Amino acid sequence: MAGIPHDHYEPKTGAERWLHSRLPIIGLLYDTLMIPTPKNLNWMWIWGIVLTFCLALQIVTGIVLAMHYTPHIDKAFASVEHIMRDVNGGHMLRYLHANGASLFFFAVYLHIFRGLFYGSYKAPREVTWVIGMIIFLLMMATAFMGYVLPWGQMSFWGATVITGLFGAIPGIGETIQTWLLGGPAVDNATLNRFFSLHYLLPFVIAALVAVHIWAFHTTGNNNPTGVEVRRASKEEAERDTIPFWPYYVIKDVFALAVILTVFFAIVGFMPNYLGHPDNYIEANPLATPAHIVPEWYFLPFYAILRAFTGDVWIVQIANFLSFGIIDAKFFGVLAMFGAIAVLVLTPWLDTSSVRSGRYRPMFKWWFALLCIDFVVLMWAGSMSPDALMGWMPAISLIATAYWFAYFLIILPLLGVIEKPLPQPATIEEDFNAHYGPNSHPAE
Amino acid sequence: MFRTIALTAATALLLGSPVLAETAHQEIEDVAFAHEGPFGKFDQFQLQRGLQVYTEVCSGCHGLKFVPIRSLADAGGPGLPEDQVRAYAKQFSVTDKETGEDREGLPTDNFPANTGAGAPDLSLMAKARAGFHGPYGTGISQLFNGMGGPEYIVSILTGYTGEEKTEFGATFYENHAFAGGWIKMSPPLSDGAVEYQDGHDNSLHHLAEDVASFLMWAAEPNMMARKQAGFISVIFLALLSTLLYLTNKRLWAGIKGKKHA
Repeated sequence: MAGIPHDHYEPKTGAERWLHSRLPIIGLLYDTLMIPTPKNLNWMWIWGIVLTFCLALQIVTGIVLAMHYTPHIDKAFASVEHIMRDVNGGHMLRYLHANGASLFFFAVYLHIFRGLFYGSYKAPREVTWVIGMIIFLLMMATAFMGYVLPWGQMSFWGATVITGLFGAIPGIGETIQTWLLGGPAVDNATLNRFFSLHYLLPFVIAALVAVHIWAFHTTGNNNPTGVEVRRASKEEAERDTIPFWPYYVIKDVFALAVILTVFFAIVGFMPNYLGHPDNYIEANPLATPAHIVPEWYFLPFYAILRAFTGDVWIVQIANFLSFGIIDAKFFGVLAMFGAIAVLVLTPWLDTSSVRSGRYRPMFKWWFALLCIDFVVLMWAGSMSPDALMGWMPAISLIATAYWFAYFLIILPLLGVIEKPLPQPATIEEDFNAHYGPNSHPAE
Repeated sequence: MFRTIALTAATALLLGSPVLAETAHQEIEDVAFAHEGPFGKFDQFQLQRGLQVYTEVCSGCHGLKFVPIRSLADAGGPGLPEDQVRAYAKQFSVTDKETGEDREGLPTDNFPANTGAGAPDLSLMAKARAGFHGPYGTGISQLFNGMGGPEYIVSILTGYTGEEKTEFGATFYENHAFAGGWIKMSPPLSDGAVEYQDGHDNSLHHLAEDVASFLMWAAEPNMMARKQAGFISVIFLALLSTLLYLTNKRLWAGIKGKKHA
């Protein structure tokens, strides 16, 4: 697909021409910043900037924290207390970093669900979507390993449970688990490699973010109508778009400032609200916490992992058909990774020719239910299985079933049976319907 | 896997580990501490009284190994004068890391660790326990009441019923604030257990509140600095948001034109 036609950088002075013929870096920056962007983007298109900010915040605070942290099982917990008590501004850095992870996931979930509603994953943006999903997976790996570093009780037992998932793989599981941990159990070798990888992966993410941006700068942004920008000529394209700078930069930075106001209130006044008290107890391999709960952003997937117990019929069938190789534990692991795999495959599971959920009368309701389902899963993940008079496993199972049904049954079927509403012919038409014909006073 | 963990936890419970599965029936009272809320500040004199309770009672069995003695002089904490901090440090005997010889404590040393009685270290206790839960895993209670660490400490110290039992050769004391209802720690405080230098009310509940406040400071010595940073950030970001809102509105005015009715 050809890019949206627009003006390119023209070096004007001699020095600019000299540089441009050797390294067209100003041109690259100009084209990136001035990219024609659909002028009807709504407030759900701000999360990209928020996420970029989060990545930068985590890398900057993380690099300083790493200067004072000691990745050794006897010293890690004490070194975190050293940061909290002795390092100048250390307590703020650490709380910014810990809560920054929460902001990062809050933003990424809204970003993903934005894409799910407006069909941003559909052709020609599948590559952008898949790269985004790889970034999401790396974020989860990075956050998980980062949570182990303070070496508190939840760090240790969370690491034990999650690496134990790999041990559930039949045959080779234990070998993989040992290889991941660097030994038979979570120990100093584990802490060291997690620290190393926790430092490395954010830079891999940064590189993938560049590719993510490159990909959607090639296809152009999606927009709330899902209608493509007209590209026959520059004049036509300009009726549908405005340059990213300054219009969207200022809009996004405004949104970011509002979000950061709330974020700093949380960091300043209730920095431990999203954390778990048990992680202020130093790791003790001999004392298991009563409830091992992951951080809030992992809860939906944790609920899916726990939903499949040995008494669920689908697990029993899988167990029977696989000659007992797939037990409940392995089934749960498959389900958890499957829950993300269906997300990755969404571009090929959605059969509708209409991109935006705005013009899909049936899809809207199923999507709303998916949002509720995600919240229910998050809540179910935080509850002990015997809560609510033993109804929790059933709730988890129903919510999990809907998650898979949405992607594997509802999305493919809707495209066939749904009768979409009429879409606007152009982005300009949609924009003018909201903002009036005076939008071009110069004309 | 989760059955295994639940089983391990149940075993830990039977072995009398402090980690217990039952958390539902704990009775935690809400205490209005001076340090609560965005505007809350530590009461310097309460922290000093709490230090006295810790020194005379708690330190018999518990340590405070992550807390540097010098921080007793810090602003936003007990704020003891330097000479008092130096005098306070002298009561401890410390093995010098460089010379390997025993010497009197210095303000640069940490409070000593104390594991003799098998009691947990108290440095982070006020953050390592949640007094408030739920409801139903939603976290709404913590949102309004805070995590409830110091409230938990007060409730433990005042929650003894007077009943005791002996199991596996160890004595347990009934305590409604403790998970499982039976705790190994004998009632450490009672009315008048500590005679305050300033003559402040030393009934059991006051002693408990004072030492809980002190332990909250010990766990979070930079709380005041953090709240100040929070205020400054929020004020400046709110200002920046307003300016950016106006900038954005003006910038887009030409593009959006007049809005339809």
